[in-house]
Amino acid sequence: MLHIKCPHCGMRSQNEFSYGGDATVKRPELGKEISDQDWDNFVYNRKSLRGKHWELWQHLSGCRQWIKVQRDTSTHEIFKTLKANEDIS
Amino acid sequence: MQKYSVFSLVKNALSNHENWDLAWKDPTPKKEYDVVIIGGGGHGLATAYYLAKEHNITNVAIIEKGWIGGGNVGRNTTIIRSNYMHDDNALFSEFGMDLWRRMSQDLNYNVMFSPRGIINLAHSDAQMNTYARRGNSMRLNGIDAVLLNREEVREIIPMADFSENVRFPIFGGLMQPSAGTARHDAVAWGYARQADDMGVDIIQNCEVIGFDVSAGKINGVRTSRGDIKAKKIGLCVAGSTNILAEKLNMTLPIETHLLQACVSEPVKPILDKVVTFGAGHFYISQSDKGEMVMGGDLDGYNSYAQRGNLPTLQHVLTEGIAMMPFLSKLKMLRTWGGIMDMSMDGSPIIDKTHIEGLYLNCGWCYGGFKATPASGWTFAHTIAQDRVHELNAGYSLNRFNTGHLLDEKGLGTKTWIS
Repeated sequence: MLHIKCPHCGMRSQNEFSYGGDATVKRPELGKEISDQDWDNFVYNRKSLRGKHWELWQHLSGCRQWIKVQRDTSTHEIFKTLKANEDIS
Repeated sequence: MQKYSVFSLVKNALSNHENWDLAWKDPTPKKEYDVVIIGGGGHGLATAYYLAKEHNITNVAIIEKGWIGGGNVGRNTTIIRSNYMHDDNALFSEFGMDLWRRMSQDLNYNVMFSPRGIINLAHSDAQMNTYARRGNSMRLNGIDAVLLNREEVREIIPMADFSENVRFPIFGGLMQPSAGTARHDAVAWGYARQADDMGVDIIQNCEVIGFDVSAGKINGVRTSRGDIKAKKIGLCVAGSTNILAEKLNMTLPIETHLLQACVSEPVKPILDKVVTFGAGHFYISQSDKGEMVMGGDLDGYNSYAQRGNLPTLQHVLTEGIAMMPFLSKLKMLRTWGGIMDMSMDGSPIIDKTHIEGLYLNCGWCYGGFKATPASGWTFAHTIAQDRVHELNAGYSLNRFNTGHLLDEKGLGTKTWIS
């Protein structure tokens, strides 16, 4: 089982969280002219690589905040967690 | 090649089974092939077999990082079905059903295809309606489908929970009588043996390190056993598609996720159908050895771990026990996990790519095993003719660009939600 350190609540078990996917995906700016390819990259295309992966989780059965988690997709080691509004450095 | 038959069995029994031919050779890779297939799983082996058999292309190599049949074809829940609603999925899968029915004879290898039928349970009136709709769509496409009411389901699987006050009462179910199971390893080995016999080189322990692409054309592949030239290369590496795509500077509509399965201790025959739970995600059948073979949800977050996490297994088996309470008395024999290509609409991709000579076969989600023959057949056609067959035209890569998605379950792009 994963243990995720919620930046608001501290270390909690995986059961309290729900997953939200790749955290590096950015929605194209509103009102800006974009290509189909930009939209595809936002909606569908994912690198989904082996190794370090920034992803979104929601502390659903806790503070209900969305957070960012950096996890290794092959070992499940968690390196860092951030609040949703904190930038990935 | 030695033909497998009752006579060869008796003959070899007389010499203590010491003189059987090797089922396939262990060749050193040549410098160049007409076609290189990357990935020696079920789909890759089937592709090579159909390239040789249907298209007469035998100067073919299969490159496999580990050993053939050691990936998802070696660890699935062996379910074979074509109970799809959308035309593209239904026609493709039903074409595959025909290949399954003939497979043991075609390959001279007993794949133990057992068309025992699959029942999808319904737990509400609304679900009965959607099953009726799906069943009608299937029948329009020539696939057998039977809508069962509660009593009819009870007659077939009396061990399911038919008590009155349960959270998810059984309202009925949709049955495809011709669906079933097969011996998964035999499928890989059967294709490998025949492909090898027709001249295909099966090269194991050979990892792809990179690709030789110039001017938008593929020229070959760099491997741990040297460079291999080929004008046509097929990618068949479920679970590792994203890793190889990165080497090609491609980003695909696929995420890599982990799916678990498990078997119980063997028990006497109790279940002669494949059954799925309709109020969650759980499927079960009984193997010939008596084990209950079970599976369900993904672990729920991107993973290359190849081992499962307990919360998901617990969740899946809770559903199983809700559906068939006797399961709670069984001991677990084995659990395992494998990594899947989860595509963004739940349907696979068999297509050409923007790189000339590079062909893509990926995104099989939960349903790769049953698709093995049809996938191999259509992928071989796509490679040999350099154009897609009408059976896999719907599995195009650019459907995500044009909006022609094949979202059978209507789940959208959250691949980890099932």
